[in-house]
Amino acid sequence: MMEETLTKKPVVRKPKKGKRQPMTWSLIKNQRQLIWMSVPLLAYIILFSYVPIWGWTMAFQDYKPALDFADQKWVGFKHFKFLFLDDNFLRVLRNTLAMSVINLVLGFVTAIVLALLLNEIKKVFWKRTVQTISYLPHFLSWVIVTGIVATTLASDGIVNDVLMKLHLIKEPILWLSEGHYFWGVVGASHVWKEVGWNTIIYLAAMSSIDPALYEAAEIDGASRYKKMFHVTLPGIKPTIVILLIMSIGHILEAGFEVQYLLGNGLVVDWAETIDIFVLKYGIAQGNYSLATAGGIFKTVVSVTMLLIANWIAKRLGEERLL
Amino acid sequence: MGNQTITPGPVPAAATYKRSGKSRIEPTLFHTFNTVFMILLVVVTLYPFLNTIVVSFNAGNDTIRGGLYLWPRQFTLQNYKAVFASGTIYDAFLISVARTVLSTVLNIFLTTMLAYTLSRREYVFRKPITLIFVLTMYFNAGLIPGYFLMKDLHLINTFWVYVLPSMISAFNMIVIRTYIGTIPESLVESAKIDGAGEFKIFWRIIFPLCKPVLATIALFVAVGAWNSWFDAFLFTSSRQELSTLQYELMKLLSSSMNANSNPAVANGAGMTQDAAVSMVTPLSIRAAVTIVASVPILLVYPFMQKYFVVGLNVGSVKE
Repeated sequence: MMEETLTKKPVVRKPKKGKRQPMTWSLIKNQRQLIWMSVPLLAYIILFSYVPIWGWTMAFQDYKPALDFADQKWVGFKHFKFLFLDDNFLRVLRNTLAMSVINLVLGFVTAIVLALLLNEIKKVFWKRTVQTISYLPHFLSWVIVTGIVATTLASDGIVNDVLMKLHLIKEPILWLSEGHYFWGVVGASHVWKEVGWNTIIYLAAMSSIDPALYEAAEIDGASRYKKMFHVTLPGIKPTIVILLIMSIGHILEAGFEVQYLLGNGLVVDWAETIDIFVLKYGIAQGNYSLATAGGIFKTVVSVTMLLIANWIAKRLGEERLL
Repeated sequence: MGNQTITPGPVPAAATYKRSGKSRIEPTLFHTFNTVFMILLVVVTLYPFLNTIVVSFNAGNDTIRGGLYLWPRQFTLQNYKAVFASGTIYDAFLISVARTVLSTVLNIFLTTMLAYTLSRREYVFRKPITLIFVLTMYFNAGLIPGYFLMKDLHLINTFWVYVLPSMISAFNMIVIRTYIGTIPESLVESAKIDGAGEFKIFWRIIFPLCKPVLATIALFVAVGAWNSWFDAFLFTSSRQELSTLQYELMKLLSSSMNANSNPAVANGAGMTQDAAVSMVTPLSIRAAVTIVASVPILLVYPFMQKYFVVGLNVGSVKE
C-alpha cells in the first residue's frame, strides 16, 4: 500500500484538481470529521518537519542572527567549498564513514550468528531467558551504556583485569585514551547494546521457514551445520538483503551520542563525526552557516543513498522500500 | 548432500556407521559449545550491570580500593540517600517522569488517531497526508535549522520542548495503520449505521482493539523519552529546574571522565558535601543514579517481550 502511495507520486493529487471538483467538495463535507482529526496533525508535521528546511538558506549566506532575512549576505556555495577543502571536515567525514561501516558489518554479522545459535536452542525456557537478558542493554540509554563502557574499560576495569590475569597483557591498556582503539570501542559498544535486539527480526524470519524443508534435509542426511547453512540461512536471506539495503541510507549515521559521550581530548581526531562537527561549529561557535552546510551535506547524501538502495532493491526483485 | 546419502563402493556399512556416529556426537558437541556461548553472552551482558548495582550499594570510599565484583564489601544505602537528598537529582527524576508520561500519552493518542483516519480507504486526503508523513522518515532538516525553529517558537528553556517536537512518529503511524488494516471493516460500518461519529468510532472501537500494538509502541516511545538527554543539553541547559535524570547522569559521567577539569570535579564533590557523608564518592553516586535511571525500564520490558516482534515485523514489511 505504501509503495503505491510513494511511487505514484504525480497521481496522488489528481482527485483534488480537474473535473471532479464538485464531487470532491461534497466528499470533503461528508468527511469533515476525518478532516478535523487529521489536518491539524498535518499542520503540526509541516511546522516541525518541513518549515525548518527553510533554514537551509543559512548555508548559502553569511548568516548573522541579528539581521533580517532580506539583509543577509548571500555567498553561494562558499561554505560547501570551505567544507571540502577543510582538513577538519574531511577527517570528520572519514571518522563517520569508518565507524558507520564498522558498526554495519559488526552489527550484521554478530546479530545473524547469534540468531542462528539461538535458533538451535531447543529448551524454550532457556531460550526465552537468554533472549530477555540479551534485550536488556537495548533499553538502556547511551548515557548509561557509555558510563558502563568507561567503567569496564578503565585501567582498573574488568577487561584489563581479566586480560592481566590471563597474562595476555602486562600493563593495563588505556582503551579510551588511545585514538587507534576508538573505532573498535564504539563498534564493540554498539554490539553489546544492540546484538540481542537485532536478532528479533531474524528469529521471526526463521520461525516462518517451512518445517518441511528441515524434514527433507533430515531425510537427505544433512547435518546440523548443513541445515543451518543450506536451509536457515537461505530462509532469512531476503530479510538480510532488505535490512542491508535499508542501512545504506544510514551510511553517514555513525551515531552522535556514543562518540560525544565517550570521546575526549585525547581521541578527538578519531571520535568526531559529522553530527559533532555540526554541533561544535553551529551551537558552540555560532558559525551557523558552516554547520548548516555540513548538515545539508549529510541529508543529501543520505537521501541519494536511499534512492540508490531503492533502485538496487528493484533490480534485485526484492520488495521496494519506497 | 546427495552424494552423502548414496554411498557406493564396497564398504556401505562403514559409511553408514560413520554418518550415524557423527550425528550422535555432533549434537552434544554443538550443544556444549552453544550452551557455553550463551552463558558467556549472559555474563558479558549482565556483569557490567550487576557490578554497577554492587557499586551503588557499596560504601564509596571502599569501592575506590578496587577488587569489587559481584558482592558489596561494605553494604550501605548512603549512595541512594545522597542521590535523593540532593534536590537536583530528585527534581530531575520528577521532570523525567513527567515528560515520559506526557510524551507517551500524547504520542499514542495522536499517532493512533492519525493512523485511523489514514486507514480509511474512502478518505479524500488519505494519500497526500500519508505521503507527507512518510517522507519525514527519510530526511531531516538538521540540527541548526531545528534549533532555530525551537527558538522562533519560544520553546527554548521551557518544559514543552521535551514534548512538542516528537508527538507523532511516521514510522509508528505506519505500524498502527497496518494493524488497523487487520481489523474487520464491518465493525466500522455497523458503528456508522448506528450513527456513531468518526471520533467515537476511533475512540470506542478502534483504539481498544489496537491494545497489543499500542503496548509495544508505548514502550518504545516511553523508553525514548526517558532515555533522551540531548534535548535537555541543547535546549534547557541554562535552567537547572528543567534538567532531566539522563542529563544529570550525563553531567556526572563527563565530570568523572575528565576528572582533571575543575568545574566537573566541583560538581561531583558538591553533591557529596550536600549529603554530608564522606562515604559517598562521585563514582558511587553515578552508580546509584545509573540504577535509578534504568530500573523503571527494566521492570517493564520483559513483560512486553512477546509483542516486540509485532511492532518490528509489521513495520519492516510495510505490507
